[in-house]
Amino acid sequence: MTLEITTARPDPALLDLPWSTPLEDWPENVLAALPRGISRHVVRFVRWRSLVLAVKEIKADIADREYEMLRSLRRLEVPSVEPFGVVRGRSAGEDGPLDAALITQHLQFSLPYRALFSQALRPDTAVRLMDALALLLVRLHIEGFWWGDVSLSNTLFRRDAGAFAAYLVDAETGELHERLTDGQRAHDLDIAQVNIAGELMDLQAGGHLEGVDPLEVAASIIERYHLLWDELTATERFEAGDRWRVDERIRRLNDLGFDVDELSISTDLGGTELQIQPKVVDAGHHSRRLLQLTGLDVEENQARRLLNDLDSYVATTDQQAADEEIVAHEWLVKVYQPVTRAVPRGMASRLEPAEVFHEVLEHRWYLSERAGRDIPIEAALSDYLRTVLPAKPEEQDVVGVDTIEMPVIARPDSRAD
Amino acid sequence: MAALYNGSSGTFLPVKEGDDAMATVTFDNATRVYPGASKPSVDQLNIEIEDGEFLVLVGPSGCGKSTSLRMLAGLEEVNSGRILIGDRDVTNLSPKDRDVAMVFQNYALYPHMTVADNMGFALKIAGVDKPEIRKRVEEAAKILDLSPFLDRKPKALSGGQRQRVAMGRAIVRSPQVFLMDEPLSNLDAKLRVQTRTQIASLQRRLGVTTVYVTHDQIEAMTMGDRVAVLKDGILQQCDSPRRMYDHPANVFVAGFIGSPAMNLMEAPVTDGGVNLGGHTVPVERDAMKEAGKQVTLGVRPEDLEVAEDGQGLAVTVEVVEELGADAYIYGSTEQKLLAATGENAGEVPFIARVDGRRPPKKGALIHLTPKAGHVHVFNAESGLRIGD
Ligand SMILES: Nc1ncnc2c1ncn2[C@@H]1O[C@H](COP(=O)(O)OP(=O)(O)O)[C@@H](O)[C@H]1O
Ligand SMILES: Nc1ncnc2c1ncn2[C@@H]1O[C@H](COP(=O)(O)OP(=O)(O)O)[C@@H](O)[C@H]1O
Ligand SMILES: [Mg+2]
Ligand SMILES: [Mg+2]
Repeated sequence: MTLEITTARPDPALLDLPWSTPLEDWPENVLAALPRGISRHVVRFVRWRSLVLAVKEIKADIADREYEMLRSLRRLEVPSVEPFGVVRGRSAGEDGPLDAALITQHLQFSLPYRALFSQALRPDTAVRLMDALALLLVRLHIEGFWWGDVSLSNTLFRRDAGAFAAYLVDAETGELHERLTDGQRAHDLDIAQVNIAGELMDLQAGGHLEGVDPLEVAASIIERYHLLWDELTATERFEAGDRWRVDERIRRLNDLGFDVDELSISTDLGGTELQIQPKVVDAGHHSRRLLQLTGLDVEENQARRLLNDLDSYVATTDQQAADEEIVAHEWLVKVYQPVTRAVPRGMASRLEPAEVFHEVLEHRWYLSERAGRDIPIEAALSDYLRTVLPAKPEEQDVVGVDTIEMPVIARPDSRAD
Repeated sequence: MAALYNGSSGTFLPVKEGDDAMATVTFDNATRVYPGASKPSVDQLNIEIEDGEFLVLVGPSGCGKSTSLRMLAGLEEVNSGRILIGDRDVTNLSPKDRDVAMVFQNYALYPHMTVADNMGFALKIAGVDKPEIRKRVEEAAKILDLSPFLDRKPKALSGGQRQRVAMGRAIVRSPQVFLMDEPLSNLDAKLRVQTRTQIASLQRRLGVTTVYVTHDQIEAMTMGDRVAVLKDGILQQCDSPRRMYDHPANVFVAGFIGSPAMNLMEAPVTDGGVNLGGHTVPVERDAMKEAGKQVTLGVRPEDLEVAEDGQGLAVTVEVVEELGADAYIYGSTEQKLLAATGENAGEVPFIARVDGRRPPKKGALIHLTPKAGHVHVFNAESGLRIGD
């Protein structure tokens, strides 16, 4: 059998990876020791050119399916890992054929939940993770994606201005339809609740979870999901005179981070009552706007934070009448970049630039409150670089937490069965 | 039993005492049309599943298996028709009130939790108290030969044992009906065969009515008491594996069930039966009354004999697969639509099982005739089986 590689970025150097060796036995020198969630398949990270790739050993037909599914999800612009390729026709020579490999790009600055819980945590971390996961699930469901295996392990988290942004990592069981039914959505929620409860109880058993009730947190995903889903999809009725409620609904959705691309408005027969329902909503309200104004591509809450800072810059420099883009550029050069560029090289892989900026703003607020007066951002920055950032762990490619694999795959097993 | 697990992962409801509740399952013209779809994804499904029966729903991807299962679980609306569990019409009940357990396609084992906790944790979500959980876990462990491992961590187990822990997770729910949607699809070939046998024998021991979904006909045929074949949302046949194999109700089932697949070809009707390569295959006259001029003839690879006299179907051997006692030959034959005109419909692939001690050589031209009474005849237009 010959090795066959499908990838959108063909590069013969991919052939140099040890494909004829079972993934489990790949040599240390190609591997990157990054943390992973719980998985059934063998998953390893490899350093390759300037990238870190995640390699999962999996049956060929499932690998193809998952690859295509991840591509569709990227096209739909839902946060998910980027598929890189599929390697088929692997063989270990005498020892016979090997399963195929699905390759995805390692998501930089992403934190598997186990890594998050092994760090010193704010008490409400679990709650914030649920918020992020509920938002991800709502976005997936809006696009017609039934996940089939919603769990913390199958989600990656990135810091997002004090909150988290969730990314889908495992699309193996997913199905894409025009629109999901209520039953399909309920099924996913059901699966989510059981998986999350199990994962949190496991953390508890391992001594990594304190002051949190796994059952309560797991149940909260359902409630959070419904709140969000209803806000995004519910029909609202009001008196025809109360037209402001249309704008009000749009503003609420914007605040939640969604643009309304299509809204249906209808009146009843008498014309005394209006009825509105968002038809097409698009996540990324703040991040899109920030990207337009400044070219910065950051997470939604980070964007919200940055836009707020931009607003106050506009106000304090009295430029409300000026061209938005010109002022935004000025803010970028005079405020944002001086902060993010002040981070010494050696510490650059600890946090994403936008997260550093967010933390410096937080730090300034904290210092100002302690001092009882406004502290300039320059002072806050130097204090932050001296006292806060050096104590942070590396997060670009987090290393050194326990990584768990629990294969239920038949292989020559030394233990008695 | 004081409480039973209800819903796909829902809560416990007190149900009537005793295990004598009959958990039959009835799909009564059950139909599901997805919003925006032009035709039903499940179309007037009628199946009566007996108490304790292992029923397998099988068919190609997209034929409506998962939809049927979700309708039974209460996770998909039923647009018309009914679903009953025992005598209860559950069509409009919520998942929680149905006393069925959907077994997840994917499950994780948790490394820091004991085997017992790995099996019982979902019961905690359902609010079952600790002593009851322990009791059910111990019972399940006994059935699964996992008793000595209950207080260990899953890491200490072999692959097969881990698989059984996952099964234990379903058993402890003790529902009236188990629903399983392709639970083996991501296992490797070896473990798949092993687990298939385990699930089937476990189900028989537990005696819990089970509806099992797979796209793999071999899995269906080896596991089910009965097998229901679906295509495009329509039930094609529901029978025991034996009956399904020997009496496929139509051309689709004939081609779908069995591996290697049944040979299917068009053949002209003659006086005494059907003409196969100049050789008349006898078919009962009564049965042929409505057949018309032409039928679809099916012969399984193992129901063919090599004819030494040059009679029968001429097949050119392309590949010989030797399996010891038997050999499979993969070849092709010219399909003549009408014997009279010799009109040629082109080459069709043909598979036959022959004596493994003296298989023909690659490239040879051999003649094959069906064993008496082992042909399947189908109406060329409707595809429906003709005769017994
Ligand atoms: N592209 C990626 N970036 C970061 N982490 C990844 C990536 N792909 C996989 N992982 C990690 O590996 C773990 C297992 O991968 P997953 O696709 O869920 O395997 P399985 O199908 O066996 O569950 C995930 O929980 C995640 O932590
Ligand atoms: N939410 C949905 N909207 C529209 N069509 C759907 C939806 N979910 C499933 N379907 C369609 O219903 C049919 C049956 O699907 P399914 O029951 O999942 O099939 P199977 O399990 O046999 O692969 C398919 O054509 C599928 O695309
Ligand atoms: Mg996974
Ligand atoms: Mg399915």
